[in-house]
Amino acid sequence: MNSGIKKISRYRRHRFAGPALLIVALITLGTTFQVASAVPSSSEKEIAPKSTLIEEGKRIFNFGCSTCHGLNLEGSGIAPSLIGVGGASVDFQVGTGRMPMADMSQQAMRKEPVYTEEETAALAAYVASLAPGPAVINEAQITYERDGNTAEGGELFRTNCAMCHNFAGQGGALTQGKYAPTVMGVDVKHIYEAMITGPQSMPVFSDKTITPAEKLSIIKWIKAAENEPNLGGASLGRVGPVTEGLLVWTLGLGLLIGIAVWLTVKAK
Amino acid sequence: MKKAERIGGNVASYVDDRTGAAKWLRKNLTKVFPDHWSFMLGEIVLYSFVILLLSGTFLTFWFDPSQREVVYEGSYEPLQDIKMSAAYASALHISFDVRGGLLMRQIHHWSALLFMAGMIAHLMRVFFTGAFRKPREANWLIGVGLVTLGIVEGFLGYSLPDDLLSGTGVRIAEAIIQALPVVGSYLAFFAFGGAFPGEAFIPRIYTVHVLLLPAAFLALITIHLMLVWYQKHTQYPGPGRTEKNVVGYPLMPIYMAKAGGFFFIVFGVTALLGALASINPIWLYGPYNPGQVSAGSQPDFYMGWLDGLVRMFPPLESYVLGYTISWNILIPGLIIPGILFTLMALYPFIESWMTGDKSEHHLLDRPRNNPNRTAIGAMSLSFVLVTLINGGNDLLATHFDLTINQIMWFSRIGVIVIPPLVFVITKRICLSLQRADREKVLHGRETGRLVMLPHGEFVEIHEELTPAEKFTLTQHLQPKALVVPDTDANGVKNPQGIKGKIRARFSQAHVEQIPAPTESEAKALGSGHH
Repeated sequence: MNSGIKKISRYRRHRFAGPALLIVALITLGTTFQVASAVPSSSEKEIAPKSTLIEEGKRIFNFGCSTCHGLNLEGSGIAPSLIGVGGASVDFQVGTGRMPMADMSQQAMRKEPVYTEEETAALAAYVASLAPGPAVINEAQITYERDGNTAEGGELFRTNCAMCHNFAGQGGALTQGKYAPTVMGVDVKHIYEAMITGPQSMPVFSDKTITPAEKLSIIKWIKAAENEPNLGGASLGRVGPVTEGLLVWTLGLGLLIGIAVWLTVKAK
Repeated sequence: MKKAERIGGNVASYVDDRTGAAKWLRKNLTKVFPDHWSFMLGEIVLYSFVILLLSGTFLTFWFDPSQREVVYEGSYEPLQDIKMSAAYASALHISFDVRGGLLMRQIHHWSALLFMAGMIAHLMRVFFTGAFRKPREANWLIGVGLVTLGIVEGFLGYSLPDDLLSGTGVRIAEAIIQALPVVGSYLAFFAFGGAFPGEAFIPRIYTVHVLLLPAAFLALITIHLMLVWYQKHTQYPGPGRTEKNVVGYPLMPIYMAKAGGFFFIVFGVTALLGALASINPIWLYGPYNPGQVSAGSQPDFYMGWLDGLVRMFPPLESYVLGYTISWNILIPGLIIPGILFTLMALYPFIESWMTGDKSEHHLLDRPRNNPNRTAIGAMSLSFVLVTLINGGNDLLATHFDLTINQIMWFSRIGVIVIPPLVFVITKRICLSLQRADREKVLHGRETGRLVMLPHGEFVEIHEELTPAEKFTLTQHLQPKALVVPDTDANGVKNPQGIKGKIRARFSQAHVEQIPAPTESEAKALGSGHH
């Protein structure tokens, strides 16, 4: 052992000793952080039995959400109270990746979810356990394919949704940088939950305003619009005449002017 | 006699043997037109008009301009059993159940956009080259009339299918009619045959769209072309081109072939757009229902600037003697466009008044050689562009992560600040380009070849321009500012009053340019020392 240290110490003035030490130090530092930061996620997975779903939810909440929403869901200056928002709201906000927010900009945007489905379910169960509110929607409940009516859904969508989400569900602008996002490519349960909870600037569409059957029709129309082929050729974004005008000035008139130049070019 | 002229003559004599019109035909078939790509912009418009007539006629075979309520039973599933107007149902029928119907609808709409875009491009060409000057003021007025009618005709076509988007547009048109003080609401009731939307409006605008306005177009276009024919086409300056001749090719056969070919090219490009790119997908909008509106409802681009003006105007309203005056619609929707179009129509006369120039012009200006006019044009374009940007503010906001409020304030301030800036910058750029031309004439073109002289000095070889190039760069007029006397012969001070002073100031601004090199200047440097 002693001779080993001596052996190493013989190289302590070697010209590569400095750089080698630096590399060892950096690797140690990096690994330490890696291990340290990996700790929470590995410990989360250890507690998984269903009977403690609420408790797990509380743990995740305290760890990931309470900084802004408060230890008792009471909210704070920068985040609303979550008392009574129900599991549906949590499932929508967390399940679409809107919560936790990436930054405090105009509104939470849809992104890759941070929590897994199980973690989201636990969070929803915890929030729902403290005060009653709309419950998480089960995908199997949304029998839109069987019970929905596309045409009726279209009428309802144009009456209630198109003013913000655009006629084809492509989304639109609201004031001060807020916006209604596109409803294309959204899970049916999230569409349903959005209607009953009214996230961000969206109003709540209660079952009295739009009956559950009508909600299924709206979802059916949205899915039909999503899967509808572009019947007239390139869709140009389904956002109306602005892109059409852009195309006519660039490709349309541009091409014709190019040809006019070619027709009148002087023979050399 | 040139070969081309001989062919023209042969055709003429063939017809003459049968009709005795040889002299007239020969004269016209060999008529010479100058050749330049920018002279074909008007042709794009003319051919688009022909395409519009053809495709529009096809559409009338099935379109039912009626607002009677029907239940949809066609083949587009998502609208099955929905109540809608017969107009919308028949537009859906054309799109999905008539062979080639959707293609024809799309060709019709794309060519309408090309018609307008081509007209605006043609108008810019005429403006920036000064082609509107004496003797062509009347044709300029006809052109402005055509643009105005084109906007109306396009809007009516956009309104006819009675989908959600077109109904929204009609609603705004109704609001603009109602904004007229005192008579507004009566006029709106008259136009719609009662309360909005009623059942009268679509049948009425259909008649205007397919009968009245096309006839007006046909008449105005005919006069427009006859005047071009009679007054002869303008030409760009160059050696051998004067105010008294036209250098180019004869109509028969050169232009018959070129123009005929170009017609098919325009038709081809329009058909290509119609086949490949969706336009006005009415089935997605759904039938019009006054209780519905879509986010991002926009007009076609030629109305977009008006929409942008209305969107940016502050909410002002007064209540006078029991009448509401909606300044927020009246000013941006009627007064500002009215002023703009009046100024545009009167511009040839305004310029002639400013410069005192009453002579005929058949040689065009290069835009840089008339810095003031070019700057005025650029200024007007920048105004329209800012308003157009605001017309699409909602889409800009969502697609470029901006806020509608930012864009609106940018436009509100920009629409006042940007045009004067553009005027000054454009004028300076024009003058700089004139300086560059002057340099080129006097010192030749920079070749980039560096040569070391025997005593060690490095010089860049300048290549002298050909005489033809020199002529083109120096032929433009060097107008003098109008002189408005301070006192007249009888000693009266400032005889023309304030009007004269303003005129003198305008004239001074208008003639500001870099003097073109004179012959003696060129000769002095002629030894080509660098």
